[in-house]
Amino acid sequence: MEHRDDIGAKLGMWVFIFTEILLFGGLFLVYAIMRSSYSTEFHQAAHHLNAFIGTINTVVLLISSATVAMSITAVQKGNNKLAVILLVITLLCAAAFMINKYFEWGHKIHIGLYPGSDLMLTLSHGQVMFFSLYYFMTGLHMFHLVVGGIILTIVLIKVQNGTINEGRYVLLENGGLYWHLVDLIWIFLFPLLYLIT
Amino acid sequence: MHTESVHITPYRTHAWVLITLLAFTFITITVTWIDLSALTVLIALLIASVKAYIVLTYFMHLKFESSLFRVFVFMVLFIYVLVILFTLSDYLFR
Repeated sequence: MEHRDDIGAKLGMWVFIFTEILLFGGLFLVYAIMRSSYSTEFHQAAHHLNAFIGTINTVVLLISSATVAMSITAVQKGNNKLAVILLVITLLCAAAFMINKYFEWGHKIHIGLYPGSDLMLTLSHGQVMFFSLYYFMTGLHMFHLVVGGIILTIVLIKVQNGTINEGRYVLLENGGLYWHLVDLIWIFLFPLLYLIT
Repeated sequence: MHTESVHITPYRTHAWVLITLLAFTFITITVTWIDLSALTVLIALLIASVKAYIVLTYFMHLKFESSLFRVFVFMVLFIYVLVILFTLSDYLFR
């Protein structure tokens, strides 16, 4: 009889998620203090962000979170085929998010708004602070999105070949937890960065 | 194989959770169009917290896990709130 502990595996995943919460938590704390020191500069700088792209990305991430959650239901009901389709939709959403980000960052870099640029040197300290936090926080978030995409691709393959099945799916659950974390962080990033104009 | 009963969240629940989250997103955007100055951030954060609670409860399945998970999550968030409060009280009133 093989040793197996699904509760333990999930608990381990949660402990990892706690470290992630504290990692981003530290950044949100920096944001809070900088914002209280430079509130007008933050308002001015936030005008450069495209709230429309931000909104689309929010919707895309929420849909992808729902499809991951539904894929767990599908596997639990023994419908691996549907789970694969749902996970593919999730990965497509992740790709859409990345493409949006590419255009968003691309536009900013094109007009010279990036850390260390000549234009940045002419801005006030508060605005530079805003853009540094914007690039760092959305960049770190995007990194998590890429990692989440890799994890879900591995999970997808395992669902496809039946290693993950209705009797054994804790890896899918843990992959899902990571994906929801990515969504959770964006839920706070979106209003704080895009909607403060 | 499992012998204990496993909670299976129906597709419909996930769909409703998604609709609720999208509705809250729409509300946040509408609220920020109305200028309420300092209140805007507070409302935006409040709505974000409600959304986070829904994601944790349903998508992350905390509602149906053993209470150990909820206690852990609560403690981590409690510690984080303490860190925020102590740092801000030091920074804003020094």
